[in-house]
Amino acid sequence: MKQFLEGSRAVAEAVKLCKPGVISAYPITPQTHIVEDLAQIIADGELKAEFVNVESEHSAASVVLGSAACGVRSFTATSSQGFLLMIEVLFNIAGMRIPLVMTCANRAISAPLSIWNDQQDSMTARDSGWIQLYAENNQEAVDFHIQAYKISENKDVMLPVMVCMDGFILTHGAEVVDMPDAAEVDKFLPPFNLIDKLDINSPKTLGAFADPNYYMEARYAMQAANENALKVIPKVADEFKQIFGRHSGGLVEAYKIDDAEQVIVAMGSIVGTIKETVDELRAQGKRVGVLKIITYRPFPRNEIIRALKDVPEVAVLEKAVSLGNTGPLYSELRADILGKGKCSKISGFIIGLGGRDITKESIKEVFGSLSKEETACKFIGLKEE
Amino acid sequence: MPIGVKTLFSPGHTACAGCGQAIGARLVLDTAGPNTIIANNTGCLEVFSTKFPETAWGVPWIHSLFENAAAVASGIEAALKYLGIKDKINVIAQAGDGGTADIGLQALSGMLERGHDILYVCYDNEAYMNTGIQRSGLTPFESNTTTSPPGKESLGNPRPKKPMPEIAAAHGIPYVATASVGYPQDLQKKVKKALSIKGPKYLQVHVPCPLGWRHLSNLTFDIAKLAVECGLYPLVEIENGKLSQVRKLVKIKPVEEYLKPQGRFKHIMSLPEQIKAVQQIADNNIEHYGLKS
Repeated sequence: MKQFLEGSRAVAEAVKLCKPGVISAYPITPQTHIVEDLAQIIADGELKAEFVNVESEHSAASVVLGSAACGVRSFTATSSQGFLLMIEVLFNIAGMRIPLVMTCANRAISAPLSIWNDQQDSMTARDSGWIQLYAENNQEAVDFHIQAYKISENKDVMLPVMVCMDGFILTHGAEVVDMPDAAEVDKFLPPFNLIDKLDINSPKTLGAFADPNYYMEARYAMQAANENALKVIPKVADEFKQIFGRHSGGLVEAYKIDDAEQVIVAMGSIVGTIKETVDELRAQGKRVGVLKIITYRPFPRNEIIRALKDVPEVAVLEKAVSLGNTGPLYSELRADILGKGKCSKISGFIIGLGGRDITKESIKEVFGSLSKEETACKFIGLKEE
Repeated sequence: MPIGVKTLFSPGHTACAGCGQAIGARLVLDTAGPNTIIANNTGCLEVFSTKFPETAWGVPWIHSLFENAAAVASGIEAALKYLGIKDKINVIAQAGDGGTADIGLQALSGMLERGHDILYVCYDNEAYMNTGIQRSGLTPFESNTTTSPPGKESLGNPRPKKPMPEIAAAHGIPYVATASVGYPQDLQKKVKKALSIKGPKYLQVHVPCPLGWRHLSNLTFDIAKLAVECGLYPLVEIENGKLSQVRKLVKIKPVEEYLKPQGRFKHIMSLPEQIKAVQQIADNNIEHYGLKS
């Protein structure tokens, strides 16, 4: 049913449809509306679940680790500093192969303190073993949460999934979203059935320590599970389409790149602005397009190579920077596509940090500069002083 | 443990000879019984009992991180409540003194404040033994640890133990107790009592560490008993914030008897003023808790 909803509300409703039994969170802007809405949903009896108000994000992640380890579907959400405080537990959850879903309402990292959007928070967990999906709009945020549980709980994956959605831009922006029907979500998402769980009828030790004879195999298994996820994620998107009638999710989305001479690669809500700019430039006869990275981890290397093989000029636009190097997406993508197709120029741009507005003009500036010298890490939209 | 006695904490683990914590953990679990789920902080107990692919634990057991057993246990309890089976299952969170009084204090406080039906057990061996005998918030006054060594300018750890039982009790929880492996029956009685009470419970068990305290490994029980008998480790129960029971001392021993067999206090044994200062701590305990029979 189509509804006009704030992004956070839409996500809360989507999480409700997944029927988690335990939700735990600690408040941080801009994640708050999601968990406030869930608290109200539980208070109103619309969802039977335990809501655990914790004293930190470290404990929020630890609580859902414990509840999911009992085989109860669980959920948490955070942003920015909360994400960083959680990060020790995030690595641990992935290493313990506990299926979980969390929302990262993307926000800048302090210092300086900023509550506004970029993607530097979730980027810090790119090596954690979590699957990362980046939503372009609220519809995707809704759909990805529902798909995320199915991906995470797949027996060939068994890795946690975070749905990243740009703070304020999506979390506090109201859009029309097609909310999935509860019965159809039940059909799509079977009940959580964890085999290795905390159960007094079948005592198991979880989280044993591994000496050098075993540690490497455990990490290899995580890498293999990530490879499996590259197959599972598109399959889940297909199953989603069969039931809900719309394509949503997968690894990458190509927009008008078939004959494109210039393509921008980006993740999250910025892609919407780039698509509009592409339409305008196409109307002027410019052959431009955009490649959206939906799944950033595992990194869809082959899909990116395939999508960009005939594109001479590529730009990577990202809301994060690996300080002292370049944008993280740029360095990974460049390593993968260089020398594999017609691509002769790959430039990296940092944009929109700490909530700096991203305009169509700045996107056009990027397209316009691509034929010139390559840039590895150019900051776009800096104040001129 | 006599051969043929059934236990949920199997022998064959890699704890040191005379490890007080291994004895304490076995007593706690065997009292709690098979309908128990344990969340364990990182530390000696976790390391010596769960070296993959082996485990000593006969109940569902989970280890996540150093500071979060109380939070993981909170999640387990919430899940069991959601499943409607909490009343049938004991949830125990357990950690060493560092994992409890230092790095895990925030998660513990959250667990106590939220009222989860969990028994938290702190095995207090009075330093970070797993990493090599570093000072914790529960290291006693003037103890020699690798990060509070005595020297020309130092007499060892300059601070007394953090009053963890009082801190736990200040949360208004129904049951707080201290126990010692030197008094196994008392310990088991307290575990049983704690598990009969709904809500958050805190139990702190004194567990000598022969390696860290530098005493002979056959002296574990004797040392544990001496700590109680001299007044340095009072065995008390605090119910709903009120001191309800103390183990009275028939014959109070001087602290010197407790300090002498332990290498960690060797540097003060020739310094009467320092022994007097430790005696003062014991005397204060005796007065404060009314330990004289």
